[in-house]
Amino acid sequence: MVGAGIVGAACAKELAEAGLRVAICEQNGYAGGGATAAGMGHLAVMDDSDAQFALTSYSQSLWRELAQELPAEAEYLACGALWVAADEEELREVERKFRFYQNRNVPAEILDSKQLAEAEPNLRAGLAGGLLLTADSVCYPPCAAGYLTKRAAATGGNIFFGKKVTEVSESGVRLEDNTFLTAGLTVIATGAAAVRLAPEIDVHPRKGHLAITDRYPGFVRHQLIELGYLKNAHSTTADSVAFNVQPRVTGQILIGSSRQFGVEDAVAEGPMLSNMLARAIEYMPAIADLSTIRVWTGFRAATPDNLPLIGARPGYRRIYLATGHEGLGISTSLATASLLADEILGRDSAIPRSPYEPSRSVAVHA
Amino acid sequence: MNEVDVLVIGAGPAGMAAAMRAQESGARVAMVDDNWSAGGQIWRGVQNSHTRTPAGIRMFWGTQVVARGTAERTLLLEDSEKAFELAFDKLILATGAREIYLPFPGWTLPGVMGAGGLQALVKSGLGIQGKTVVIAGSGPLLLAVAAYLRKAGARVKLIAEQATTKAVSSFAFHMVRYPMKVTQATALKLSLHGVPYLRGCWVEAAEGEGRVQRVRLRQGRKSWTEDCDYAGIGYGLYPNTELAALLGCRLRTNAIEVNEWQRTSVDGVFAAGECTGIGGVDLSLIEGEIAGYAACGDTARASRLFGARSRAKRFAGALDRTFRLREELRTLPRPGTIICRCEDVQYEKLQQMSSFRAAKLHTRCGMGPCQARICGVATEFLFGWRTDSVRPPILPVRAGSLITRKEFQQESSITR
Repeated sequence: MVGAGIVGAACAKELAEAGLRVAICEQNGYAGGGATAAGMGHLAVMDDSDAQFALTSYSQSLWRELAQELPAEAEYLACGALWVAADEEELREVERKFRFYQNRNVPAEILDSKQLAEAEPNLRAGLAGGLLLTADSVCYPPCAAGYLTKRAAATGGNIFFGKKVTEVSESGVRLEDNTFLTAGLTVIATGAAAVRLAPEIDVHPRKGHLAITDRYPGFVRHQLIELGYLKNAHSTTADSVAFNVQPRVTGQILIGSSRQFGVEDAVAEGPMLSNMLARAIEYMPAIADLSTIRVWTGFRAATPDNLPLIGARPGYRRIYLATGHEGLGISTSLATASLLADEILGRDSAIPRSPYEPSRSVAVHA
Repeated sequence: MNEVDVLVIGAGPAGMAAAMRAQESGARVAMVDDNWSAGGQIWRGVQNSHTRTPAGIRMFWGTQVVARGTAERTLLLEDSEKAFELAFDKLILATGAREIYLPFPGWTLPGVMGAGGLQALVKSGLGIQGKTVVIAGSGPLLLAVAAYLRKAGARVKLIAEQATTKAVSSFAFHMVRYPMKVTQATALKLSLHGVPYLRGCWVEAAEGEGRVQRVRLRQGRKSWTEDCDYAGIGYGLYPNTELAALLGCRLRTNAIEVNEWQRTSVDGVFAAGECTGIGGVDLSLIEGEIAGYAACGDTARASRLFGARSRAKRFAGALDRTFRLREELRTLPRPGTIICRCEDVQYEKLQQMSSFRAAKLHTRCGMGPCQARICGVATEFLFGWRTDSVRPPILPVRAGSLITRKEFQQESSITR
């Protein structure tokens, strides 16, 4: 397993528990230091496409099971998510979403303007309404990844921290110090950096900013997302920001989100941050006076069709991919692990695997 | 066009000296300080020739630097009402130093604070009259604080200095070369008459119900407790380099690296005083003057101060050697001792971590509002970790202040 982010950690645990002898190579000295550390940790069910719904929904059920055993520092919080509609047009979208979820047995409720204000008193007055998804939850991803890594190790897995993989072949991986580790099969789970090991895949870094405040318990009660989010999230060219805030167990508030293509520099950018916070304040004016203690950035691994790459790397027999999760890596990590293990072990899967097969859209240069 | 020629960050001794010299050289000078008056930590509330701001220097009191501004050579500032950007031609960093707190069992009890911290609180009105105080830690500051508290009516029971008698005596011997220091030392000695100054002695633990009632001291094999109402414990000073790091200035052993003109590695940015290395007030004043002249291109007057600076630096070197922290202080925390106060992270959690970033992500150490200013120094001492890169905002800031869009940002008072 190359990478101990949330996806690599989940896959390692799944494969180790299925009886494989697993080793993880992670360039950092700890788990979850890449996009996993930068993400919000919203465990969402999404309705963008049937394939995305299937993966997020299956993964959410796995998270709910895992939550029973997660340590407190993983900060699992079943706070629900509220999609906020600013106007009548967005309210019609709320109704469409509601039917989508209802038809698929996902608990959902439509809130009118007054109910929305009661559910989230700090939202600005006069918003049209919202859609409450009660089963959505949040977690603190680095500790969740750390826990999954420990579980893999407890089942006999070897964890090599501080080992950067520079090359992957059919017979194993080469490390930065030129050591070669022989492996029956190798999984590349290094997020947006996967292109360094598998240059042919169509995965591009998509930069995001987040800010976190001091502790204000009760200020925000649900994961809040503006309905315009999907429009912004799925534009594959333009830079965008969206109102997306999250309550943490600590009482802190995470403020997002931004999306940028073509930027490789991790520096927090004033103008982007400024637009992102301005958007948040448009929806929640009182955020302006909250004390912001940190700002950071991270890189999502984006694919052209907004679906991850899970399964055999085209043109190779013993190399697998688990990347391209964009903003849903935390959400879909557990389902990813389950589907990947199914493929490797020749098991049937709970949901069809074909929409995520790397061969679907990858030009093979090997 | 730049609003000011020279912007000085920090109105302590170095900053004041820099601002005055820059103004003398004909520059338009502005100063920023997060306090409401000049003097910095050392001259908090003190009136002297260095803390009277000359007319013509524009003062931004109660103002902190948050981040770089949107344009080159600008900074984003925030005061209690608004955020604004300020443009400058030259920048002088005189951001001073903060007290080093090392964790030991009970150090988070109410009534236990830094030595300088306790003095600052008394200056701002904490009633100390008739209270029993133990002063401990390391460095000459302990003596100054003890003398101040005694004058304010405290019963200073003892001063516990972790450095050995031998080291402290040899330091005293060196001081003979600095007549002014000897005068100061003699005055201190007189005002501390009757207060035991224990060398090779440190606080192992603080105990009490709900607040400190006694501290456990160790001196060699001897260990005993002393009752007290307050314990002021400071282990010296640590340079404030966050702003410099944010601007890309090179650091050297925790301090801002400067050349002979007090110039940093970043063009147009100078630094002076404790933020360039702990050296005491005399060195800070001289460095400030040099930076003030040099920022205005007055190298002739700046270079005349080089000799004085070299002498003051020798004193600083002796200071550093004498009060080096002893190994035993690394062994004080117990498994349950809190190391990161903002996030309540205990020592045993950190022992399992491989780096500061690992600790940050997996235990939340350093993730709180102090942004690792306290636990970062402590974990550097305890584990040899280095804190990771500095990102804006360098201090907690209102979310609204980070918005640079015009409709949100109020105009800078200086441009009106």
